[in-house]
Amino acid sequence: MNYPSELKYTKDDEWLKIEGDTGVVGITDYAQNALGDIVFVELPKVGAEITAGKPFGTVESVKAVSELFAPASGTVAAINEELANTPEKVNQDPYGAWMIKIKLKDKGEAGKLMSSADYEKYAAERG
Amino acid sequence: MSIRKATTHVNQNEGLIFEKSSPGKYAWKLPELDVPEVDPAKALGTAARSDLGNMPEVSEIEIIRHFTRLSTWNYGVDTGLYPLGSCTMKYNPRVNEVASRMEGLAGAHPYQPEKISQGGLLIMKVLSKCLIEITGMDAVTLQPAAGAHGELTGILLIRAYLESKGNPRQKILIPDSAHGTNPATAAIAGYAVENLKSNAAGMVDIPSLIAQTNEDVAALMITNPNTLGVFEREIAKIAEILHAKGALLYMDGANMNALVGKARPGDRGVDVMHMNLHKTFSTPHGGGGPGSGPVVCRQILEPFLPVPVIVSKPNGALAFDYDRPQSIGRVRAFYGNFGMLVRALAYIMANGPDGLRQTTEDAVLNANYIRKKLEGCYELPYATPTMHEVVFSDHLQTKNGIKTGDIAKRLIDYGFHPYTVSFPLIVHGALMIEPTESESKEELDLFIDAMRSIAEECEKDPKLVLEAPHTTRVSRLDEVTAARKPILRWKPQQQPAAAD
Amino acid sequence: MRYLPKSDAERGLMLCEIGVRTIDDLFAPIPVEFRVKGDLNLPRAFAESEIVDYFRQRSAENGAGYTSFLGAGAYHHYRPVVIDSLISRGEFFTAYTPYQPELAQGTLQAIFEFQTMICELTGMEVANASMYDGSTATPETVMMAARVTGRHGAVVARSVHPEYREVLVTYARHQGVPITTVGFLENGRVDLKALDQAVTDATACVLIQSPNFFGTIEDVPAAADIAHRKGALLVVMISEAVSLGIVKPPVEADIVGMEAQSFGVPPGFGGPYAGVIATKEKFVRQMPGRLVGETHDKNGKRAFCLTLTTREQHIRREKATSNICTNQALVALMSTIFMTVYGREGLKELAKHNLSKAAYAAGEFGKKAKVLFGGAPRFNEFVVQTKEDPKAMNERLLEKKVVGGLPLKKFYPELGNTALWCCTEMTTRAQIDAVVKEVAP
Repeated sequence: MNYPSELKYTKDDEWLKIEGDTGVVGITDYAQNALGDIVFVELPKVGAEITAGKPFGTVESVKAVSELFAPASGTVAAINEELANTPEKVNQDPYGAWMIKIKLKDKGEAGKLMSSADYEKYAAERG
Repeated sequence: MSIRKATTHVNQNEGLIFEKSSPGKYAWKLPELDVPEVDPAKALGTAARSDLGNMPEVSEIEIIRHFTRLSTWNYGVDTGLYPLGSCTMKYNPRVNEVASRMEGLAGAHPYQPEKISQGGLLIMKVLSKCLIEITGMDAVTLQPAAGAHGELTGILLIRAYLESKGNPRQKILIPDSAHGTNPATAAIAGYAVENLKSNAAGMVDIPSLIAQTNEDVAALMITNPNTLGVFEREIAKIAEILHAKGALLYMDGANMNALVGKARPGDRGVDVMHMNLHKTFSTPHGGGGPGSGPVVCRQILEPFLPVPVIVSKPNGALAFDYDRPQSIGRVRAFYGNFGMLVRALAYIMANGPDGLRQTTEDAVLNANYIRKKLEGCYELPYATPTMHEVVFSDHLQTKNGIKTGDIAKRLIDYGFHPYTVSFPLIVHGALMIEPTESESKEELDLFIDAMRSIAEECEKDPKLVLEAPHTTRVSRLDEVTAARKPILRWKPQQQPAAAD
Repeated sequence: MRYLPKSDAERGLMLCEIGVRTIDDLFAPIPVEFRVKGDLNLPRAFAESEIVDYFRQRSAENGAGYTSFLGAGAYHHYRPVVIDSLISRGEFFTAYTPYQPELAQGTLQAIFEFQTMICELTGMEVANASMYDGSTATPETVMMAARVTGRHGAVVARSVHPEYREVLVTYARHQGVPITTVGFLENGRVDLKALDQAVTDATACVLIQSPNFFGTIEDVPAAADIAHRKGALLVVMISEAVSLGIVKPPVEADIVGMEAQSFGVPPGFGGPYAGVIATKEKFVRQMPGRLVGETHDKNGKRAFCLTLTTREQHIRREKATSNICTNQALVALMSTIFMTVYGREGLKELAKHNLSKAAYAAGEFGKKAKVLFGGAPRFNEFVVQTKEDPKAMNERLLEKKVVGGLPLKKFYPELGNTALWCCTEMTTRAQIDAVVKEVAP
């Protein structure tokens, strides 16, 4: 499994990448592997307000639905439209297949998230 | 054009009905019109339609062959053992079909005058009495069209009752072993769902129930025997705990096949429950419906039953009563799936009280026999006694990379329908087996033999199991593509698939 | 018991193998005080011949042999005999939900054909595998519209089947869906001006039925305009499916709810029937009920399976699109066979017969009484207003083994002495002439 060191991670298996005032969000390699073949990604509308730790969308495999939890609070600035037709990208390239970009409310929030080393440990514990 | 080649099994390559269609073929003939013909274009103006698009045009023999061929790709109870846990796939007696198709029953219009509907009303009345007696309850509605619909009706009764006491309350408690319809129903009835943990024996955890039951709780929805096939021994205590806080006890009657003639939910504090006539009372499952989900309840809930209810008039005639001010309203047009009610009554009559008891005993006997014979080959996650169904897990097989779904597919090669896969959710990798009473010892032994043989294959030749089924017309399906790029209807630009 | 394939000796053998002495040992988990002692108070076991006799008597007491002019959501159409012949095949009739597609391609392909035909007929892009019936499909369409729009209110025409509206009210009450009802005009159609006023920015959908409860065909495009202007969806219910043979499909609608009973399902004293929901592709993930999709097996062979199941209760539980579990597969199969028998040309002719019979009957009634709601096209039902209470006329007809039209006082007291009459391809001119004679001058 691959957990890039420049990203921050949540215990709900999302990653966050800070690019200036913007946070880019996706799900981790561990998550895509645990979910299996992803068939649908449901994302919020651009402009929606989201709150750290609260659900902002869902990701579906053939027989399961999992909620996506926001790693940070803010306003949705962009969604990855491509995933509507090619949800398999999340399986193929979980760090390339970003889901939403957030205009961050408080950049400091990212400090509460896990580093790649901590997340790797956390993922390994769950098998 | 492409020429289709004959193969050894032409009936295995039946296309879609649209692919057999060509203009000019037909399978209908109307009587000569004995009134002046009206031109739709004139009568309807802009609302007239002239073209029916791609509706098929085929002859009668093609229709018979088409659907007959399709039917041979199915497996039914008539084909063999169908141990789908929690579905009670029992024999569907043929006399039920004869009864329900009689002219006055199948042909009756729901709005025909009560005066000429006494036969139908009597069937409903007699069935009502039977269901009340079987469950030990006080009143019944036959209106719900299926189990989940019965659940909704039952929860709405509870809601109406609590509202009449001043507060409908906010939540419904649901054990983690429950069927998905329970929480979905609670949500549709406007309630929040609170999960209730099972204890080590697979039953409702009493201390958790005590802790979670308060004045916000409207009801507990319990299935008994539960989805593990385990009888909730503390059911009376559970009812007491709820009643002490003003909450009610809803029972999902999906598993009544373990109780009929042996024990009555109404004698143990259950306030309201639904029954699945298509499970316990032998009405056919039909490839997924129609079902029928009558709801029985205690006297306190009777004023809230859906309209209409059946009453006897002073002259002895039966009638529908619509004047029910406290009713939750209608849950369905007319009176429910009447045709299923006819079948269920025919089943009860064919059995009689002794036959129904023997049926229950045989169902429990069969499940315990399978449990005994497969213990050791498959892990039994709960050692609690089994009633009408037994739940194993794939724990012993996962070390070879084989999951419950794979074992199920391999079972198909042995000529049996699989058990219920991966349910209940509290058992990881569940194999939920419900044989019903309809299986002979020979059929059970063959099934047991198949299951033991598969357990051995899991050790010796896992690939054989992982790639099963090997003997069906189609092998494992690509369900991922089906969900990613849904094709939900045929379209003419699709060329007929080449016969392979 | 003749349905039980075991001898007492075999039962004894099995108990022995299990390691218990008596069957009651297996019922030990049920506390003794809760066990039934002795027999339940139920009818004794009947022989098969007695069962047949019993139901034959009930059938004779239930209107067998009567001619009927009733419609109102349940229609007497001829059922081609191949329907019962084919649905009686045990592989269809004794199978369950096709969760194991390798063993259920027959059911799955038949449902796929059903979905396709419903799309062709309704003008929608996707249709589900069926719902319980038209009445329960009604609240499901409204709840679906609420999910799609994120709004809650529904504006409902009073000309929608009264019992469908009653079911809607039962469900909507607990979904926080306020319902506004809009009346009808002299021509039997929904009052579009009132509709326009009732629709607001909070309206999730406008719900109409066409042909409506009075048999009148609504102006679907106009209702769609009103709904769409305010960002609401238009839901069109169809309770007389045969109308689709000659009536333009409601392509302007966003959701179509339908009762498929007319397509080969017996009136059966009210059920079982089959409801359907059809919609635009973009709303499919908010649609309730089962869906069958096309895919292929690992050898590339075309095959069918249940799909988009994450919408459903067994996965999403309390967040599911509906609590519905079963569809009405066997009834949907009846309808599929019916639609196949009549097909592209036959459905047109069948509908034309219905139209012609009703037009003739309305004309004849019009000579002796008032036929309401002129000025808008109707299909196979019409409302007759008489001087006397229609119940009195129906009493006289009943003596002649004829069931007259449905008195409307119960549902529409303001319409006075009116009844809703229906003629189908089964109604003969002689029958029509005979009932018109009974209209009191």
